[in-house]
Amino acid sequence: MRASRGTGIVLLALFAAAPPALAGQEDAAAAGKIVYDRWCAECHGETGQGDGSAAASMLPRPRDFAQALYQIRTTGSGQLPTDADIRFAIENGLPGTTMPGWPNLTDQEIDDVIVYLKSFSRFFAQGPAPEPLDFGSDPGGGPAAIEAGAAAYLTMLCEECHGLSGRGDGTSAPTLEDWRGLPIRAADLTEAWVFNGGSSVEDMHTRMLTGLDGTPMPSAIDAMNSGVVSPDEVWQLAHYLASFGPREMPPLREVIRVGRAEGGLPADGGEEAWAGVEAFHFPLSGQVVQLPRNFAPTVDGLWVQGLHDGNDVALRVQWNDPSNSPDPNWDEWQNKITAALDLDGAEAIALDSAGAPSVRPPDAVLLQFPFEMPEGTDRPYFLMGDAREPVYLWTWDSETGVGAARGRGLDSVEPLAEDPVAGEATWEEGRWTLYVRRPIEVESEGLDFVEGTPTPIAFQAWDGSSAEVGKRSSVSTWYYILLEPPASSTVVVTPLLAMLLTGAFGLVLVRRAQDRRRDR
Amino acid sequence: MKQRGRALNSQLRNSFSYGGKSMRSHFWNRSAALLAVVAMAACGGGGGGSSEGAGDAAGEAAPAAAAVDPSTVGTISGMANFTGGMVPTMEAIDMSTEADCAAGYGADGPMAQNVLVSNGGLANVFVYLSEGVSGAPAASGAASLDQVNCRYTPHVLGVQSGQDIAISNSDNLLHNINATPTENRGFNISQPRAGITSTQRFAVAEVMVPVRCDVHGWMQAYIGVVDHPYFAVTGADGSYSIANVPAGDYTMTAWHEEFGTMTSSVTVTAGGTAEASFDYSGEMMGADVPMGEALVLEHGTKRIRVERIQ
Repeated sequence: MRASRGTGIVLLALFAAAPPALAGQEDAAAAGKIVYDRWCAECHGETGQGDGSAAASMLPRPRDFAQALYQIRTTGSGQLPTDADIRFAIENGLPGTTMPGWPNLTDQEIDDVIVYLKSFSRFFAQGPAPEPLDFGSDPGGGPAAIEAGAAAYLTMLCEECHGLSGRGDGTSAPTLEDWRGLPIRAADLTEAWVFNGGSSVEDMHTRMLTGLDGTPMPSAIDAMNSGVVSPDEVWQLAHYLASFGPREMPPLREVIRVGRAEGGLPADGGEEAWAGVEAFHFPLSGQVVQLPRNFAPTVDGLWVQGLHDGNDVALRVQWNDPSNSPDPNWDEWQNKITAALDLDGAEAIALDSAGAPSVRPPDAVLLQFPFEMPEGTDRPYFLMGDAREPVYLWTWDSETGVGAARGRGLDSVEPLAEDPVAGEATWEEGRWTLYVRRPIEVESEGLDFVEGTPTPIAFQAWDGSSAEVGKRSSVSTWYYILLEPPASSTVVVTPLLAMLLTGAFGLVLVRRAQDRRRDR
Repeated sequence: MKQRGRALNSQLRNSFSYGGKSMRSHFWNRSAALLAVVAMAACGGGGGGSSEGAGDAAGEAAPAAAAVDPSTVGTISGMANFTGGMVPTMEAIDMSTEADCAAGYGADGPMAQNVLVSNGGLANVFVYLSEGVSGAPAASGAASLDQVNCRYTPHVLGVQSGQDIAISNSDNLLHNINATPTENRGFNISQPRAGITSTQRFAVAEVMVPVRCDVHGWMQAYIGVVDHPYFAVTGADGSYSIANVPAGDYTMTAWHEEFGTMTSSVTVTAGGTAEASFDYSGEMMGADVPMGEALVLEHGTKRIRVERIQ
């Protein structure tokens, strides 16, 4: 009995086991195709070549599953990803790109779509299942590890692409291309929250040893195996990278609090005068409301600090941009960006005979306020207002400097020559620092700030070397800026006012009561 | 604009072709034929037949990895001649970011290597037997690719599928070796100082595999991968020679990064030297250049579209 059952199982295994396993894969691929066609094909294309209808506006482009070049892997350079690697990207998305995470998909749907994705490429069927590398173990962080990591950063010459301050402004940054020949940024290491493979020390360590296939980021594994850096030093390098900035996007604060300066306003954007002044981070995203849209903006956020002295208000705005535009070193980059992106019918400009662009746009930023202090929560249209409700702009660009303007929409900007706003900007190692200053109240046209009253503020930025001009920009929504009244007056006046009001109210009540009694 | 020496771009610039039909199909037809022959050899002997018997049954299927019998082989030699028109001027490479590398060149400084002509000979043409090879000895020894003064040495390299490629760095600075094949898996390895050697290989035939350094955008090499040892790269004088080729009728293909491909029939006799030469001219610049597989950029135009500043 037992023997015959065993024989039966063997027979079953012989005649049935292999075909059902194959059939299972086919079922999974069929189920995966349904998921894929619904959620993935618009960007990745029906045949998985990264050429969906939305792809032409995107940089980096959607993954080409046919070539099976996956950036985020735990396997060696040029190797296929594990199923877990693909799942990681689907579940978490790829920050810094247009690939979102897919929390709406069930585990089963993800399993199925992985089978289907792999069916686009002949490579998965050819070889053995990919194996993760051995990453060793983290010897630990701390100041000594970070110091050793800083040395390893220079030994590995990371700054050639990523820059000494890690802002993606290295010497080679303007020439970087992905495997398609499309321009690609060296990662800004100070913005860990847009790392597409995750921002933990382990994640960064993994990326260094595997490299990011299809990009210029190489695997460091041969350098490590040759003893240029030790395995521990690669971990320490990851700890050093983690020290470049916060791991998570800074929490969003609605209101920029502009405190009263003690001992005078800073005269410029220098580090010393602004040390200790609270900085507020505001994310920017590509302007995609009006044509031409921008799905791959350079400036994805800025930091704002403010001080005032009762007469003037001064702001310091900082943002990362690896190019100090206009810069001929970035000509080729600019040409490649304009060639690679679907510019939604933007006006064409020619190249000269040497292939240089005839226009090198400057970098620019503007700070936007309502033209007049609005009533209640009313605010002008966030894209530079409209004819009915104009906006008041502090403008800066790297060619003409600081000025003011009135905006009645993205197409209608009128300079305000009389405006006393003044300032300057400096660029250093991939970061702009803009200093602007203006009297709180002005004789000329333009907004008067009111201490203690929150004023709407919004931002817009352009990277000229990435052909960002006109509407191709990055924008923020409305936030608020609040000039804090003097601490002393707040402390004394408010309770006094409250006491007076309470007293007056009480007096009225007493009078009425007295009147009623009298009437009786 | 910097000369990038990217044949992919020239492919986009110009669809002009002069008999430069893609040899990929030849490869795969031939590979498929070879596979079929090998399969026949493996299965065709009838249960328990010896491999020798199977070989006989398969006729021309030469036993793989057999020692070369000098009485059955000949030599192919020839020239890549630059015969007509102006030699295209190569652009200077701006190596100002790497003074140590720039110092390794003479007064004229480093020049691009797309078209190197000397005394009427064209260097860096990859020549290989593209049809007619049946069976071949396995690869032996490692090919080498070095990085010297921020250029690849050699600029064009031929290897056999499965052969080790020892990639070394003679420059004491950062290079990354980024190979982007289509038929094979690629690799991208950093070598941040001199003395590091990385060993890589490609599993299947592919003409050509582009290799570049992303740190130094001007650095470009091409690796031709074929599944037999009957290939060569023309030297500085344009000449090449391939020894130990089994007697037979072949098609030879010549690949150049700017001039695309040309083919020639060649008959090798035992103990003889067959000649196959190829003529090039400057008018052939920008030809259709087969590269692994066409990596198609969506925009091949040079018109740049930018909205003007208001």
